[in-house]
Amino acid sequence: MHETAMTLNTTELLVIPALPLAASLVAGLFGWALKERLTHWICCLAVIASAILSADVFMQVQQGASFYGNFWTWMLSDQFVVPVGMMIDRLTAIMMLTVTIVSACVHVYTIGYMHGDPGYTRFFSYISGFTFSMLVLVMGNNFFTLFFGWEAVGLVSYLLIGFWFKRESANFAALKAFIVNRVGDFGFAVGILAIWYYFGTIDYREVFNQVESFVAQGHALHFLGWEISAITFICLALFIGAMGKSGQVPLHVWLPDSMEGPTPISALIHAATMVTAGVFMVARCSPMFEFSETALAAVTLVGAITAWMCATIGLVQNDIKRVIAYSTCSQLGYMFVACGVSAYSVGIFHLMTHAYFKALLFLAAGSVIHAVLADQDIRRMGQLRKYMPVTYFAMLIAALALSGVPPFAGFWSKDLIIESAKVADHLGWVGDLAYWAVLSGVFMTAFYTFRMFFLTFHNSDRLPEKTKAHVHESPKVITVPLLILSVGAALSGWWGVEVLDVANPEVAEGYFGASLFVMESHNPLATLVEEGHHAFFLTAPFWMAVGGIALAFVMYFRETAIPARLVASARPLYTFLLNKWYWDELYERIFMLPAQRIGRWLWQKGDLAIIDQGIIHGGFVETVKAGAARMREMQTGMVYHYAFAMVIGAFGFLTYLLLKG
Amino acid sequence: MLETAFFYMFGGLAVLAATGVVLARNTMYSVMWLIFCFFNAAGLFFMLDAEFLGIILILIYVGAVMVLFIFVIMMLEINTAVLREGFLQYLPTGGLVALVLLIEFVAASRSGAFSQGAKATAEHFGREVNNTVEIGKLLYTKYLLGFEVAAVILLVALVGAIVLTLRARKDAKYQNISAQVRVRKEDRVRKVRL
Amino acid sequence: MIVLSDYLIVAALLFSLGVIGLFLNRKNVITILMCIELMLLAVNLNLVAFSHYLNDLAGQVFVFFVLTVAASEVAVGLAILVAFYRTRRSIEVEDINTLQG
Repeated sequence: MHETAMTLNTTELLVIPALPLAASLVAGLFGWALKERLTHWICCLAVIASAILSADVFMQVQQGASFYGNFWTWMLSDQFVVPVGMMIDRLTAIMMLTVTIVSACVHVYTIGYMHGDPGYTRFFSYISGFTFSMLVLVMGNNFFTLFFGWEAVGLVSYLLIGFWFKRESANFAALKAFIVNRVGDFGFAVGILAIWYYFGTIDYREVFNQVESFVAQGHALHFLGWEISAITFICLALFIGAMGKSGQVPLHVWLPDSMEGPTPISALIHAATMVTAGVFMVARCSPMFEFSETALAAVTLVGAITAWMCATIGLVQNDIKRVIAYSTCSQLGYMFVACGVSAYSVGIFHLMTHAYFKALLFLAAGSVIHAVLADQDIRRMGQLRKYMPVTYFAMLIAALALSGVPPFAGFWSKDLIIESAKVADHLGWVGDLAYWAVLSGVFMTAFYTFRMFFLTFHNSDRLPEKTKAHVHESPKVITVPLLILSVGAALSGWWGVEVLDVANPEVAEGYFGASLFVMESHNPLATLVEEGHHAFFLTAPFWMAVGGIALAFVMYFRETAIPARLVASARPLYTFLLNKWYWDELYERIFMLPAQRIGRWLWQKGDLAIIDQGIIHGGFVETVKAGAARMREMQTGMVYHYAFAMVIGAFGFLTYLLLKG
Repeated sequence: MLETAFFYMFGGLAVLAATGVVLARNTMYSVMWLIFCFFNAAGLFFMLDAEFLGIILILIYVGAVMVLFIFVIMMLEINTAVLREGFLQYLPTGGLVALVLLIEFVAASRSGAFSQGAKATAEHFGREVNNTVEIGKLLYTKYLLGFEVAAVILLVALVGAIVLTLRARKDAKYQNISAQVRVRKEDRVRKVRL
Repeated sequence: MIVLSDYLIVAALLFSLGVIGLFLNRKNVITILMCIELMLLAVNLNLVAFSHYLNDLAGQVFVFFVLTVAASEVAVGLAILVAFYRTRRSIEVEDINTLQG
């Protein structure tokens, strides 16, 4: 009896991903017949029901329930068994809750935002399908279901970035996202295969149970004279996948371009959920990453560089969505820093708070874009506060949360990350670098967020005349999700720390329980408590945030002439940042042009010279024609001819049999 | 001893009948020879404890398939003489080919390559084993799918044969029920003022 | 004593006669069909003989299937023949060449 109380209901767990899938299929296959109204009802209700069930699961999990089991076999090849199963623990539950709530808000928001678009039902089919894929990603109990969800969300992401497929830029952005992700996914696939190779299983539990003894055996790989321990190799390979999916340097280039997609997608996929899959994966694999300091250092380093670099780019961008997109990259970097310094619980906590406030930020930006006739340039906005009070309020909360102003969500999680990075002495210089990167990142984050905020809602009214006549507050279907998410953006930080106890230095005693693993030897949260850092207010990050906001206030609210002077005095730096550190140009030089040149060479030499000239015009076609004419004559239609052929065959066969003895 | 005698009788008569099938001048005689050949083959089946197949051979082949042949031959006006043109002309080639094949077959049969693991003698099970029951068990379990496919093939052949040969005669009178049902009063009844 | 190879030889004789029949009766479709029946019978005899001497009923099951297919083939073949005869008033193989390229 005790056992059953601790296990979650299988049907409930299966229904959670099944509802969005069913809605997606119905919307996709029968959307033409259902028309807009019925389609959005079906999809919204399915996802909202899924969210309610997830909340139920979350509460049961909090009371100690869990689930682990396989439902059916997906692939079976000798010893290689791929089951489809679920592992529901506290980490999964919080992800499910976050994903479904944000998804439900975005679904409702979409009704208003996409209204009248010719691809309305298609859009709903995609986002419901995305919700299903993301749920599979987080709920699976082995690396293959993870990979399935990983690829499925990638596919939906591709489809949605290129949603307006008549726009050339959208198609290129979709392709870019897909191709850059292939690079990451290759690493990810190599990681999974390496796990299969070394552990003989792809089941989370079985792999994680074996890790300790596996590391003790000291497996190592030799590659080009290097020796690398197997666990480090696996973790690094997996992390390359995470870098691709979560837009980390140098695979971040696709994420800002993905803003070509409709704004609800930017909020749901490219801010709140899909891009955080990498963080989730690293946290899920914490029992493996913990055993490889090299991998942890790599995670920290990449996270720190991304957090800092993308923040610098965000300072000067003029496209409202791109500012937020670079902020997303940067915040994902924060999450990876948290994971890298072994504060996984904090990383996931920041993932959750970030999901709420960044989704809110995007949806509010979408509301603005909707109002100003799809113009995304903040230089042509200003004084929108007067026209859109609700959006203004939502954006303000989101901006404060993102900047890390207490008591809003971002403060609680970001502060913990920075403090954890500060005490990560076991990582050496990487830890110090990470600390300074994320600390200065806070300043920049606050600055660019409020730069965008002031330029949009305050400053001078720079709206074009045509737009001015149109500007209005968005309808209720848009503002209500904004308000719901505002609650999350405002309170989820407090809720996480004070109610769920995510930051408990003993991870096993805090919210996450046994779902995360941290080695005693480098637990930053425990160190924090020892060093008495538990006072949250009035620490360096707080002052950095306030400083950033103050600077933005001065430059874009009070003395609006400063920015232009500043740009003029530091033109090269400005251009450098405006052009995003020239990453795209760099890739074009290194990969694109040589690939083009190789392709042209193969086309000229291979296709034209060898195949066309050499083979086709070199008598190949004539030979085939003549041969076929001969062969055709064999088909006489005379039964005795066939019988004769049969006799010859039997004759040959029997002769062989006799000679063989 | 008795078994050997029966074997030579059935086997010899089957070969004789087969020769008859090939050489008979009249197609109808060929059919008769073939029927005789089937009877003897059925006898061989019985000797091999395949009672079910033996009976099937007689019932289906002789009873149905060969009757079909006879029907068709009787329905069609066949000029046997024309059809037998060049008969002797082809005899050397055909005979040579068949002879070579036969020699190979016999050599292969006698070489023992096919007899590995075979019982030396034809021991019989007697009454305790019911051949029909055993085949039935196999057909409805292990070979169920094949059995059902065979049934479908027969059905398709049945339908196909009917479709190919059915023709509507122009002079025959048919009842068009749908037209009858669709008739309205106005079509048939006319008020006539007298 | 009758052994397996004796049955195989009878079957070989029947089969060879069927082949000769195909060569000799080049014009008569009906005889050709009958020769094919003869060859199938030889195959069936082989299968039954193997089934008996190797103690495996599978052979007889296959004979069953062969009989099914052969019966279908005859039914359809003769139906085609009848249909052909109606239009061309002939059953000579050489006349059946409308589709030959």
